[in-house]
Amino acid sequence: MKIKRRKSETSRRKNRPAASRSGICILRLYVAGQTPKSITAFTNLKLICEEELRGKYHIEVIDILKNPQLARNNQILAVPTLVRKLPLPVRSIIGDLSNTERVLIGLDLREKRA
Amino acid sequence: MKKKAAPFRRSVLPKSPTSIQGLDEITGGGLPKGRPTLVCGGAGCGKTLFAMEFLVRGATQYKEPGVFISFEETEKELTANVASLGFDLDNLINRKKIWLEHVHVERGEIEQSGEYDLEGLFIRIHHAIESIGAKRVVLDTVESLFSELPSPQILRAELRRLFHWLKKKGVTTIITAERGEGTLTREGLEEYVSDCVILLDHRVTDQSSIRRLRIVKYRGSMHGTNEYPFLIDEDGFSVLPITSLGLNHSSSHERISTGIPRLDTMLSDKGYFRGSTVLVSGTAGTGKTSIAAKFAEEACKREERVLFFTFEESPSQLVRNMRSIGINLEPWVQKRLLQFHATRPTHYGLETHLTTSIKLINKFKPSIVVLDPINAFVIGENQTEVKTMLLRLVDFLKMKKITAFFTSLNSAGDAMEMTDVYISSLIDTWLLLRDIEIGGERNRGLYVLKSRGMAHSNQIREFKLTNHGIELLDVYVGAEGVLTGSARLSQEAKDDAEQLLRQQEIGRRRFGLDRKREAMEAQIVALRSRFEAEESEALKVIGIEKARNERFVQDKIKMAKSRRSDVPTKIKIK
Repeated sequence: MKIKRRKSETSRRKNRPAASRSGICILRLYVAGQTPKSITAFTNLKLICEEELRGKYHIEVIDILKNPQLARNNQILAVPTLVRKLPLPVRSIIGDLSNTERVLIGLDLREKRA
Repeated sequence: MKKKAAPFRRSVLPKSPTSIQGLDEITGGGLPKGRPTLVCGGAGCGKTLFAMEFLVRGATQYKEPGVFISFEETEKELTANVASLGFDLDNLINRKKIWLEHVHVERGEIEQSGEYDLEGLFIRIHHAIESIGAKRVVLDTVESLFSELPSPQILRAELRRLFHWLKKKGVTTIITAERGEGTLTREGLEEYVSDCVILLDHRVTDQSSIRRLRIVKYRGSMHGTNEYPFLIDEDGFSVLPITSLGLNHSSSHERISTGIPRLDTMLSDKGYFRGSTVLVSGTAGTGKTSIAAKFAEEACKREERVLFFTFEESPSQLVRNMRSIGINLEPWVQKRLLQFHATRPTHYGLETHLTTSIKLINKFKPSIVVLDPINAFVIGENQTEVKTMLLRLVDFLKMKKITAFFTSLNSAGDAMEMTDVYISSLIDTWLLLRDIEIGGERNRGLYVLKSRGMAHSNQIREFKLTNHGIELLDVYVGAEGVLTGSARLSQEAKDDAEQLLRQQEIGRRRFGLDRKREAMEAQIVALRSRFEAEESEALKVIGIEKARNERFVQDKIKMAKSRRSDVPTKIKIK
C-alpha cells in the first residue's frame, strides 16, 4: 500500500500568505514498513489533523526500514513515532495514535487533564 | 570458528572466548556462542567495561566485529571512558570492527497513544549488525528503557522478542542490567535471558573495596561456582580463578643458595628448594628483611630475576638500609634483575593486591618473589581473607615454580611458632629469628623451625648483621647454658683465661720436672766422682797390699834358700 501524503496541505500552503506560515504544524511520522500499525497510525493522524489543524499542518512520513540511518540520527526506537518538529518545543508521541485524546495532549492541542 | 572447549566436557556447547583474563578458565571457554548472556550488578561494578572488553577483544583477537548499543552513555563519553583502558574505539569504529550507537530517549517528552513496538530499535540493531558483519552485540543497560518509555507491558514483551530475535540471528549478546532489590535485575530480565547469567559485585569491607564475579547460571555448561575476585585496571578486566587450581604442581629437586653460607649448611648444605615457600618470622628488628635481601642479592648474582614486594619501606630506603650491612642491591635494580614494588597494604583491597601481584609476576617473570612482610595485610579481623589470599598466591607461585620468600612480623609475646596470618601449613621452610636476652642485651638467634624434605640443623645460631654482611655464629653452649653476644664473648674470655692458666700450670710442672732431673743428674755425677775417688783409693791399697804380699813371698823364698830347705815352699799368691 502506498501512503498518500502532502497532497492537500501543500496545495493549500502555497496559497497562504507567508505571515501565517509560522502557524503551521510540521509533523513527522516514523514508521517501519507498511505494517498494519503504521497504516493505522497514519490514518489516525490524518483524521486528527483534518479535525484540529485543517490547513495548518504538514505531515512527512519516514520509513526507517528504508533508511535506518535516519532512525539513528533522530533517535527513533519505538514505532510508530510521531514527532512534532514545529512549533517548538519538539514533541514525541509513540503508538498507533488510536487514542485521540492523548494525541491532542501530546501535540499541545488540549490541556492535560488532572 | 575459534572456540576453546574444556577437555572434560563431552557435548561441547560452542563458546565465544572473552579473552578476559581468568574468565575463560572458569566458564570453560567463554560465553555461550550465539546466545544472550546477562551481566548484572550494582552501580559502578564494571558491567559496561566487561561488555566493552568482550567486544573489543572479539574484534581485535577473534575477528568478530561487535555492536555496542548504549542506552546510557553517548558515543563520545564511552570512547573517552574506555580510552583510559587502552581501547582505541575511534580507530576500531573507523576500521568497521566496532559499531557504537547511543540509543537515547528524552525522558518525559514522550506521550503514548495506542500500541507501539520497538521495531525502530530492531531496525537499528539489524542495520548495525549488517553494516559491519557483527558477531557480538552488547546492549548496555537496556533496562533504562523502562524509565524512558511508557507501558512496561509492551516493553517487556518487546524485549523478550528482542532477545529471541538476537538469539535467532546467532549473535553472542551481552545484556547488562542493574541489580535490583532481592532480584538479579530491576526489571526481572533474568527471566528472559536464561542461558548465562554473570553477577558482578563491588563491596566494601574494612574500608577496602573488593570486586567479585560469580557465574549464577550457565545453561548447558560446567562452570566455576565460586565468587572470584576481579580487577579493573589499566589493562582492563581480569578475573582470578586461582581457587580453582588443584594441588598438583610438580616439585623441583633443585636447591638454591640462601646467600648465607652457614645458613645453607644448616639446610643440609644446599639451601632452599626451588619453588618452595620460605617464611622468615620474628619479632621487630630481628633481621627478616636482611635475610630476604641477601637471598635476593644471591639470586641476582645467579642472573635470576627477583620481584620484591615491600609493604613497609620504600625501595630507596630499603636499598640504603641494606647497603649498611654490605648488601648492595642497586646494580641489580639497574640491570633489571631486581624489581621493587612498594605499596601500602591499605592502599587497596586484598584482591587488588593479589591481582596486581599476579599481573606483575606474569609480566616480570621472576624466579623469586619476596613479600615483606605478609602480615602487613592484616588489618582488623581479616586474617581468614589474608590467609585465603596468600594461599592463592602460594598456589600460583608453586604452579609457576617460583620460589616465594615471605617475612612475617611476630608481635612480642606471641607464641613464636605462630604467625599472625596462620599460614604455617603453607610454608615449606620456616626460619625463626628470635631475640635472646642475656646479661642486659638482646641478641639475634636463628633456627630452622621446619624445612620440608631435607635434613636440617636443629641448632640455634647466633645471627649477626655486620657491615660486611650477615654472619651466623655458633652460640656458646656449655656449663653456663646458651650464651650469646657479650655474654658469649665474656664466657669465651673466661674460658681463654682458664686455658691460659692451665697451660701455665703445665709449664710450671714441666719446669719442676726438668729441675729435678737436673738435680738427679748432678747427684749421679757427684756419686760417680766419689765412687771413682774411692775406687782409685781402693786400687791403690790393693796394689800396696799386693806388693807387700809379693815381698813377703820373696822374703820367704829368700829365707828358705838361706835355710837350704829342700822342699820348695809353695806359696800361692793371688
